[in-house]
Parts: sequence; C-alpha cells; structure tokens
Amino acid sequence: MTAGRSLPITVRQVGKRYGDLRALDDVDLDVRSGEFLTLLGPSGSGKTTLLMVLAGFARPDHGSIRFGENEVIRLPPHRRDVGVVFQSYALFPHMSVAGNIGFPLRLRKVPRAEIARRVEQALDLVQLSGLGGRRVDALSGGQRQRVALARAVVFAPRILLMDEPLSALDKQLREHMQIELRSLHARLGMTTICVTHDQREALTMSDRVAVIDRGRIMQIDTPRALYERPANRFVAGFVGQSFFLPVTRHGGAVHLDGCALRIAGPVPEGAAHLLLRPERLRILAAPEDGLNLLRGTVMSLAYQGESVLVQVVLAGGARIAVRTGAAASALPAEGAAVLLGLAPEDTVLLADAAA
Amino acid sequence: MRAAPHAALLRRDAARERLALAGLSVPALLLVGATMILPVGWLFVLSFLDDSGAPSLANYRRLLARPAYARILFATFEISILTTALCIVLGYLLAYALAQLPRRWAALGMLGVLMPFWTSILVRTYAWLVLLQRDGVINVWGMRLGLWHAPLALVYNLPGTLIGLVHIMLPFLVLPAYGAMRAVQRDHLRAAASLGATPVQVFWRVFFPLTLPGVAAGALIVFILCLGSFVTPAVLGGGKVLMAANAVASDVELFFNWGAASALGAVLLVLTFALLFLATRLVRLERLFGSEAP
Repeated sequence: MTAGRSLPITVRQVGKRYGDLRALDDVDLDVRSGEFLTLLGPSGSGKTTLLMVLAGFARPDHGSIRFGENEVIRLPPHRRDVGVVFQSYALFPHMSVAGNIGFPLRLRKVPRAEIARRVEQALDLVQLSGLGGRRVDALSGGQRQRVALARAVVFAPRILLMDEPLSALDKQLREHMQIELRSLHARLGMTTICVTHDQREALTMSDRVAVIDRGRIMQIDTPRALYERPANRFVAGFVGQSFFLPVTRHGGAVHLDGCALRIAGPVPEGAAHLLLRPERLRILAAPEDGLNLLRGTVMSLAYQGESVLVQVVLAGGARIAVRTGAAASALPAEGAAVLLGLAPEDTVLLADAAA
Repeated sequence: MRAAPHAALLRRDAARERLALAGLSVPALLLVGATMILPVGWLFVLSFLDDSGAPSLANYRRLLARPAYARILFATFEISILTTALCIVLGYLLAYALAQLPRRWAALGMLGVLMPFWTSILVRTYAWLVLLQRDGVINVWGMRLGLWHAPLALVYNLPGTLIGLVHIMLPFLVLPAYGAMRAVQRDHLRAAASLGATPVQVFWRVFFPLTLPGVAAGALIVFILCLGSFVTPAVLGGGKVLMAANAVASDVELFFNWGAASALGAVLLVLTFALLFLATRLVRLERLFGSEAP
C-alpha cells in the first residue's frame, strides 16, 4: 500500500497497572505500515486497554508509542489523528448520518462543499449512499456500524483502531462484515488494529494476529502459523478447539500411550503435550501407512449441520473429539471401537510452560 | 374453507383485556377531573361573570384598563425568567461538578442539594430573611470584613426575591441535568476527541447538546413553579414585589373579588401556554438546524 496513507506503529515497554492488576505488562509490538493486525484475547486480557492507550484515551504508566517517527505517548487523543470505531459505535444522536460523518471534517474547517462531497464519498464507500439525511436512531445495527466506519475513515487518518467493531451484529451479518472490512482495508490501506475476542473473526480478517493474555503478547503471527504452529498451550487453546495429551520420551522417540509418534515438525525439549485438533483427525476403516494411529471408543455423536462432532475416549483414557463429514454412511455407531489417523505434519508438540 | 380455530374467542379475550386496563385508569381520571379540571373550569367560568352573576367581560376589561395588572403579569414573567436563567447557569455548573465526582461523593453532594427539599419552603424563606436583612449575617460579616461599608439592600426587593426563588428552585434543575449528564456515554466523548475535537469542542458540540434535553426539562419545571410562587415573593419581596399569585390572593382575601382573581389566573394560564408553545417551536427549530450543521 502507498506509504502516504499509512504509518507503522512501534510500541515499546508499555505498562499499565490498575491497582495490583497488570493490564499491560511491558508490551512490545511492531505493526507494519498498512497492515491489518488483530489483538485477540479473552476478556480482561488487556487487549482493549492496549487499544485505548494507542488511541490516547488511557494513560499508560510508562513506555513509548511511535506512529511513524513521532512519539505520541503524551499526545491527547484529538492530536493523534487516528480513526476509532467503537464497540457501541458512539454515533452522535443529535446529528444526522451526514452530520456524524462530516463532524471530523467540520472540526478541520474543511469548506462546506468539500465536506458534502467527502461525506457522500464515504457513504458510497460503506454502501449507504442516499442515507445522509437519516436520523441515527432510524438505522439498523448493521447500518450504524457502517456509519461509524465511514466517520472513522472520512478524514483519511493513517491509522484506524477498532474495538470489537462487529460484536453487536448477528452472526450472518458479522461474517459478511468481516469480508467487507477486509476489502475496505485493502482499498484504503491504512494501518489497522482491531480488537476482538472472536478467534474466527481474527483469523478471517487479519494479516497478523497478536494473542494477548494477562497483559502480555503470547504470540504474533499470520493466522495460519498461529493455528498450525501455536507457540504455547494458551494460544493453542484459545485459537480453535484443541485437546492436549501428555507424551513420554524414550531416547530420541516421542511416545503416546506406548506408541512412537511420527512427527514432521520441530520437537521441543523437555516435557511436552501433543496438540490434537478435532478436524485434523480422520476416522479410518483400516490402519494406513504413514499416519499416527490412535484407538478409542465412540461415546456420542453431535450432528452440527456441515459436520459431526464425535466424542471419543482413547485407549489411554483421555477424552477427545473428532470432527468428520456429516455423510451418514461413514459415521461410526455409539459404543463402537474406532481407529483414528493423524498425519505427521499435523502432529504438533507443545512444550509445557516452565513452571 | 375451515374457520381459523379460536379466532373469535381470542379477539374477545383481547377486547376484555383492553377494557380491564381502561377500567384501572378510571379512579385516576376521576381524581384528576374532580381536583383539577372541575375547579379550573369553574374559575374560568367565574372569570366571565360580573358581580351580579351575569355573563360579561368586565373582569377582563378591568385587567386591560388597570396598568397595575399588566405590571403584575410583567413582573411575574420577569422574575420567573430571571430565576430560570440563574437556575440554568448555577444548576448546570453544580450538576456538572457532581457528575464529574465518583458516584459515592456525588451521592453525598446530591444529598446536600436535596436536603433543603425536605424543609418547608416557609422555613427556608424566613431563614433567608435572617441572613439577608439589614443587620443580618451577610451584611454584618460583609461590613466587618470590609467588603462594603453601608448595609446592602438584599431583601424586601427584587434581588432578595430572586435569591430565595433560585435557592428553592435549584434542585428541580440540578436533578434532571445531573441525570442527563450521567447518561452521556463516555464513548461519545471519546469518539469526538478521536475525531479531532479539543476538550472545549467536545463540551460544546457533544456534551452540552446531549445534556440539553435534561436542562430544558428542568428549566420548564422551574419556570412553571416560579409563575405560581407565592410565599417567597410575599416574604422576601416585602410587598414591593407583586407576582400573580400574590395579586390573586389579595383580590380574593382583601376584596373578595373572585371574578378578578379568576380572570388574572386565566390570563396567566393562557400566556404560559403561549410562551411554552413558542419555546418548543424554538427548540425544535434549533434541533433541525443543529442536525444540519451543529
């Protein structure tokens, strides 16, 4: 993307405490110019605090934040020139749709005709052409979301911050808006940081995802790397559904329930767990060469439309789940013994956290 | 074609329910009718009767003929408008200060605002008399501290009446204004700041417009209560400040002239409605204008 429309963000050692709680624990973060980065974490992880600090609404205890070359940590929000989309949208109820979108331009003393033109352009961008005269409370939730977005980008900020922008929408609309935000970002090119607790949303929209827990960034990576090579059990557990099985070492080999595992990826030192994803396991009719094999008994089946989730107790006693196609012919019966296959490249070991 | 099952019965149930709900409001309607509409209507009729009980416009003709009545009406509106204006300024500042405090301290402050509410107006008015009179607390200390050298005329005049009225009316403005301020979402203020508004601009373009309905509601209550105020101008005005209610009282008590009193009341009522109508038109215009280019 063009350099003029976006800025890189450099965060160094930013800390913020609320009493004994470390909301931000010396956070370092580099966001590339024009990148779409999502901060993903459970509630109370500090992701929203980080966003509020970036926008200038919360004052950190220490640290450095640079937008491009400029240190901004002491700048008040109105001098940071970042667009912010709020979870509540925060549309001004005493202004029309056009009044809301034109607000940042009026503050910048843009001439009236120019304001009208740019407001129309912004409405066009979010596919709300012709709704400028509407009252804000006459809009649907999805339309409000679009107005909030148009208002945050109409003054061409080079950084866009979004706090759970889609969480108030219903599922269908949310998935649609995820794709739309993505393409909007591609067109506008501003550096975008989005906060969410929805891992699927994070994976769908972002160039990179930073997983945050207890005020610290656990891992920052592309969606695929995050999902397939999680850095630790927290990330693996938070992104996607996963089960962890303890493994043992016998010389160079790694054993699960007494059987050696074939592993394509790196093998960590020390105590470790095997990460199992339900959709990476296959139910086999007969043993196949080249796969790691697990044996178990079917506990129950849950029909979920596009797939069936099969609860399985492994021979070693661990309970896991396997996601399989919904075709009725291929499904095992409850109580039946099953043979599960796991490809070596999907056999991921995670080192136990050093206690 | 088969009739939809139970349609008629369900319709009847709905009608019965509506009837029951309407029935519940009958006592309240009767009460309002008996205590408000009948007396006011009766006074209205009285105002069109002369001393002998024959229909005439004599009462209204007298209102027009005697400049004293015009002066009284003018003074009534003048004092009410001044009091409302002072209440808006002081009340807004007070509500703003309370709204900035942590809730626990704000509750304590609110208690301070409400405490006088639980004291009789008469007691509070006489308390002001003690404070404001020639050798009252304020004059004594003002002179002792050398702030002024001759006693100030703080009572038995317009300023004294205004001080008393503002004190009594202030809570009616502070309460709705405070409520409106607490209801302002922090995100609205943050959004305005992120869009480039300085703190002053955030206040005038977002906070103030969002709290205006609360202030308007409070101002309306204050204004209407002021129009009918009786005790405060009687005590603190010292007979020099005559408001409509005082004139009505003297008409009835001294001259036993119900017709004249009713006519004055009716004129006050009509003028008040006219003024409120005008005010709502102005506010609505401003809102329309505001949505275009606030």
